[in-house]
Amino acid sequence: MKFRAKIVDAACLNHFTRVSAMIAKLAKTCALRISPQKLNFILSDKVASGGVSMWCELEQENFFSEFQMEGVSTENNAIYLELTSENLSRALKTAQNARALKVKLTNKHFPCLTVSIELLSVSSSSRIVTHDIPVKVIPRKLWKDLQEPTVPDSDVSVYLPVLKTMKSVVEKMRNLSNHLIIEANLSGDLNLKIETELVCVTTHFKDLGNPPLASEDASQDRDPAQMAEVHIDIRKLLQFLAGQQVNPTRAVCNIVSNKLVHFDLLHEDVSLQYFIPAFS
Amino acid sequence: MKCLVTGGNVKVLGKAVHSLSRIGEELYLEPMEDGLSLRTVNSSRSAYACFLFAPLFFQQYQAAAPGQEALRCKILMKSFLAAFRSLATVEKSVEKCCISLNGRSSRLVVQLHCRYGVRKTHNLSFQDCESLQAIFDPALCSHVLRAPARVLGEAVLPFPPALAEVTLGIGCGRRVILRSYQEEEADSSIRAMVTEMSIGEEDFQQLQAQEGAAITFCLKELRGLLSFAESANLSLSVHFDAPGRPAIFAVKDSLLDGHFVLATMSESDLHSPALCSPEPHRLVPPLQAHSTPHLDDFANDDIDSYMIAMETTVDSEGSRAGPSIPLSPGLRPPCSPGPYSEDNDAEPSTEPGTPPPKKFRSLFFGSILAPAHSPPGPSPVLAEDSEGEG
Repeated sequence: MKFRAKIVDAACLNHFTRVSAMIAKLAKTCALRISPQKLNFILSDKVASGGVSMWCELEQENFFSEFQMEGVSTENNAIYLELTSENLSRALKTAQNARALKVKLTNKHFPCLTVSIELLSVSSSSRIVTHDIPVKVIPRKLWKDLQEPTVPDSDVSVYLPVLKTMKSVVEKMRNLSNHLIIEANLSGDLNLKIETELVCVTTHFKDLGNPPLASEDASQDRDPAQMAEVHIDIRKLLQFLAGQQVNPTRAVCNIVSNKLVHFDLLHEDVSLQYFIPAFS
Repeated sequence: MKCLVTGGNVKVLGKAVHSLSRIGEELYLEPMEDGLSLRTVNSSRSAYACFLFAPLFFQQYQAAAPGQEALRCKILMKSFLAAFRSLATVEKSVEKCCISLNGRSSRLVVQLHCRYGVRKTHNLSFQDCESLQAIFDPALCSHVLRAPARVLGEAVLPFPPALAEVTLGIGCGRRVILRSYQEEEADSSIRAMVTEMSIGEEDFQQLQAQEGAAITFCLKELRGLLSFAESANLSLSVHFDAPGRPAIFAVKDSLLDGHFVLATMSESDLHSPALCSPEPHRLVPPLQAHSTPHLDDFANDDIDSYMIAMETTVDSEGSRAGPSIPLSPGLRPPCSPGPYSEDNDAEPSTEPGTPPPKKFRSLFFGSILAPAHSPPGPSPVLAEDSEGEG
């Protein structure tokens, strides 16, 4: 197994740093899949994550000027690593004024992802920061749990409002109850509701727009005003929103009635899918 | 004692107190002829810090009333710090700061003369004390490096603020290396990230050390001095020796000098691989110490055996029952460290109020062996108020 890659462009480096910061907010520990064309940050819906799952994908050639990898075997040309996402984020944050950043898989008594940063320096000498991030190699038998999730057929798809606004609303609602109802319809309406014994609070977002329907048949019968709803844990939604520091290029919310809510985001060229299950 | 600080120097004084507050909980004030000395030591006695402000630093400086002995005192660090709590406010609104102590009053008075005629007076209670002194001599350390504080400040940026220990040393190609030090985890499933910063020799004003020389010390305790030196735009020099011997971090300018003396981990404690290894994955044994066979003696010394009382204060409290231990090292009988090693390990947990057992042994209580056994140069010794000991 081999992996080495290099970033020399400042904009690419900043973008990659932002992606890693977002992942660090979304999942404490996650899997990193390295394949010839892509990098994926994966959180599978196990008990530890409370049923939440995440799939983040980026095309390596949009970031790295050099990228070489050799997977476990030729038929299985991928590397799956488990790491503490905050380590990667912290390591990348020190690369603010970097001339170049290199990442490689190393073995320093235990497997590491070594991030080596050459800093710009006023003086002639270069300064090099190296971070050895401990990783665990995920054995092949566990790979099946870390595959790209199938996008479920949703009842309603709606564009999300400005995430910052949504986050501040959800933050306030969180004080009232852990149980949030998220509902939307095909007329571009999205509602966030809290219902307790003492009070009901609903925030209405209107005119959000709906993405074009993938298949005509199923949704044609649906009344545009009819809401599809899911009951979810508000903390999971808050964690998702906390990770979105920058407003995405495109943000869609897909609701499968009473089953799950699926957020499909695009941050420039990085795609993020986040699934929150309904309360069981 | 009476001294008056004006203008920008008030902030400098405040910043110095802030950096001392990162080390210890008690501040020792000692006005001397050559200036006002502010000192502190941490509870495990593995770090000592001292700032000496020359008389010229002050607009007025009087160490002692004529015909009287200079009074020294120790005060609670946080009480003194309260006067300089917000450096931004100090800079903006304080015009003068007057510190006075007279034998008749039972208070150390810190008076801040601020803008608009506002005067803030802090009356701090103090304790008479013996002089807190660590004997150390940077000139005797075999390795020195010196760089503008900014270089070292930038060097520690990649390390998380919570990081305790760091290893500083000279790596291949005479590059100065700073690496986060991790205790070897018994539970290997939770490993911490290791960060290393490598700086070229050219960034240093002085680098007198050979490849492979390295020490491991507590970075948190140094940060106070680093930030002081950076704000005062001074150079910081690091004097060190073999692992286990204390490292001296010093700043100096015409009006003040500061010394932070920190314990370093000894050979037997170190787990990290050498800084200068060609293949990173090959386990290279830790740096070999210089041939000081009694190095381990320092680590095992029991502080109580080696406490040395310095001059006692000349006042009514002369009748303190301190251990009558002679001052000069030559008179002391050699002590074998063996029987005390267990005591030393137990020591941090038995003293009330001490922090969790630290990896650094009490650095100052080096063995004061008879001249025949003594290590080259005086060993750093800390004198402490024996009366204040719990």
